[in-house]
Amino acid sequence: MPVFDYAPAPENRDIARVKQYYQPFIGGGFVDGDGEPLKTLNPATGEVLAEVSTVASSDVDSAVHAARRSFERVWSPMPGAERAKYIFRIARLVQERARELAVLESLDNGKPIRESRDADIPTAAAHFFYHAGWADKLEYAGLGASPQPVGVAGQVIPWNFPLLMLAWKIAPALATGNTVVLKPAETTPLTALVFAEICQQADLPPGVVNIVPGAGDVGEMLVTHPGVDKVAFTGSTEVGKLIQRQLAGTRTRLTLELGGKAANIVFDDAPVDQAIEGIVNGIFFNQGHVCCAGSRLLVQESITDEVLAKLRSRVETLRIGDPLDKNTDIGAINSAEQLAKIRELVASGEEEGAQRWTSPCPVPEKGFFFAPTVFSGVESSMRIAREEIFGPVLSVQTFRTPDEAVTKANTTPYGLSAGVWTEKGSRILWLTSKLRAGVVWANTFNRFDPAAPFGGYKESGFGREGGRPGLAAYLKGADDGEV
Amino acid sequence: MAKSERVGVAKTYKLYIGGKFPRSESGRSYQVTSEGGAFLANAAQASRKDLRDAVVAARSAFGAWSGATAYNRGQVLYRVAEVMEGRRDQFIAEVRDADGVRPRSAESLVDTAIDRWVWYAGWTDKLAAVLGGTNPVAGPYFSFTVPEPTGVVGVLAPQRSSLLGLVSVLAPVVATGCTAVVVSSAARPLPAITLAEVLATSDVPGGVVNLLTGHAAELGPWLASHADVNALDLTGADAEHRTELARSAADTVKRVLRIPEQEPDWTASPGLGRLRAYLEDKTVWHPMGV
Repeated sequence: MPVFDYAPAPENRDIARVKQYYQPFIGGGFVDGDGEPLKTLNPATGEVLAEVSTVASSDVDSAVHAARRSFERVWSPMPGAERAKYIFRIARLVQERARELAVLESLDNGKPIRESRDADIPTAAAHFFYHAGWADKLEYAGLGASPQPVGVAGQVIPWNFPLLMLAWKIAPALATGNTVVLKPAETTPLTALVFAEICQQADLPPGVVNIVPGAGDVGEMLVTHPGVDKVAFTGSTEVGKLIQRQLAGTRTRLTLELGGKAANIVFDDAPVDQAIEGIVNGIFFNQGHVCCAGSRLLVQESITDEVLAKLRSRVETLRIGDPLDKNTDIGAINSAEQLAKIRELVASGEEEGAQRWTSPCPVPEKGFFFAPTVFSGVESSMRIAREEIFGPVLSVQTFRTPDEAVTKANTTPYGLSAGVWTEKGSRILWLTSKLRAGVVWANTFNRFDPAAPFGGYKESGFGREGGRPGLAAYLKGADDGEV
Repeated sequence: MAKSERVGVAKTYKLYIGGKFPRSESGRSYQVTSEGGAFLANAAQASRKDLRDAVVAARSAFGAWSGATAYNRGQVLYRVAEVMEGRRDQFIAEVRDADGVRPRSAESLVDTAIDRWVWYAGWTDKLAAVLGGTNPVAGPYFSFTVPEPTGVVGVLAPQRSSLLGLVSVLAPVVATGCTAVVVSSAARPLPAITLAEVLATSDVPGGVVNLLTGHAAELGPWLASHADVNALDLTGADAEHRTELARSAADTVKRVLRIPEQEPDWTASPGLGRLRAYLEDKTVWHPMGV
């Protein structure tokens, strides 16, 4: 196979307009918080990107009060048609500043610019555009004749898709007439704070959106705040369970979008080359920092050797390096902590007897990087088959019959997503009904759209984001047994 | 010789697990009295082991019940109403004794309970159309979302309304295709067991509904912490126990139904809330192309 050399094609980092210092956004203005300031790093270099003022308990109070005031006085009384126009404005502003946001996201998160430019930012804009249209049509959503907003939403989001997760949370909350206090992840707060500027540019009434940067302790203050009516959390199953415990017995509504360990099932009649692309996209998209990543590959036994050989030769061509380079396929691991977790789980895979193969691609010396890795000979009992690695590491298992594939796929407490590769339509439909997962991709993987509900079964959480079910989480009476 | 008056045949009330009527494995029973204090029967007092057996039965029944056609499930639920109708007088007598209500009121409660099965029977094959749909995604993909049952649902049935309350919390569980483990009202368990006899003769497959008589305070913690239970209705738990049970449910991310603090008026017509609570939305994507 010919080897292509690529000249560097870096995006200009100045486009991100990185400031030295960022502040929380409360009640329509940027204010210093009383928390210990944090330094956010560029994970591709390990260097400090900016300093961010974080919030303390008193600031969370102010933010919740600001959200409450604007909920009662401005946002919920406002006709849906007027709310809609603010949200449409936000969608347009995200599009207008898309390049800036994409570069900033790649700098702060480490993801390849190709992905932040082509996936994260446009999909975030799409979420606002989609939900804007709902704001004056809620009575047609099948959730009751006169659906009412819940109040103040406390939202906590992860670092893997910072602006996109913000959009998943804020767009439906605003469309349904709620106001929000959102905590971005500790390691990726910057695009959320630029989003706050966008709210100002959109002339969004003060207090409708509040952004409170900080670490897990701020998240805990927010979700347990008595002034919060609804909590939406995306993150680890461990923290999700903790939040569910903390909110047990309260009237606070809760939706959780948690971890996953998705099976990607390849049958012997699958179009193998397409499946290889799907497997690669399934696990190496966003460095594998994806809750719905196809991290367990289940291959029908008869084609295992062929699939593994083709997979390795395809993965060898993936380019790992500078996230701002337009040719980069795999960027930086988001933090030193996450890199250590990936290394620890990979070591456990070797110790437990799985066969490790790691791409011989060159890996940058500075920053946090991990070369794409494929484990074969994986047993269901191994940690790499059970635990979410959240990195570019694939565990390969085999199966003989469709029933065995279903059993292996469902043998996990998680149930977020699954993939199926086969040319047989009836088998796809049979499998999709048997797989206990909230999203099933057949002959594709990792597709997202604001019109398509997303969320998990079992310990991957409850509630959906996107589509009509996503609105239910923010409307009274739509998702409960209160009669 | 004077004719002696006929001695009635008293019924032994037992548990309903996996389609069978066992006594509690613990051998325990407790006295059930009418609202007025008269002895009615001894009810089996279910144990932790009985509860675990019931969860196993519910899990094994889930595949076939959730996989049955919605039309079939609708007919089975309608059949429950038909068979209840045949036992209407028995239910009226039992509800009168259990709930301590006047005969006319008992009659109305039983009729409403029967009608509730009919209402839910009609929902089985409409939920997917009302709650699901196709997703107009921005790309060459066909995407659709369908509601699917969440799995095994643990129900602590209302303590006050022995029959209508029970039917109101149970029927939506099985209408969605979920299977149920139900702990009946502790003080008013007899109509629940008679309902179990109806279920056993109404083509409801064994294990789809499992009914235990006993104490919510004793059985609730095991139900809430059981890893193979997917959702919980805590209606029958005391207010002071609900928080602890909901906390325990968080360890396996169970769906805990939002319920009013006080037992509601079960005669009010139910909305879709209880059906939605036990359904998961599944989204499927497939590329379009030639």
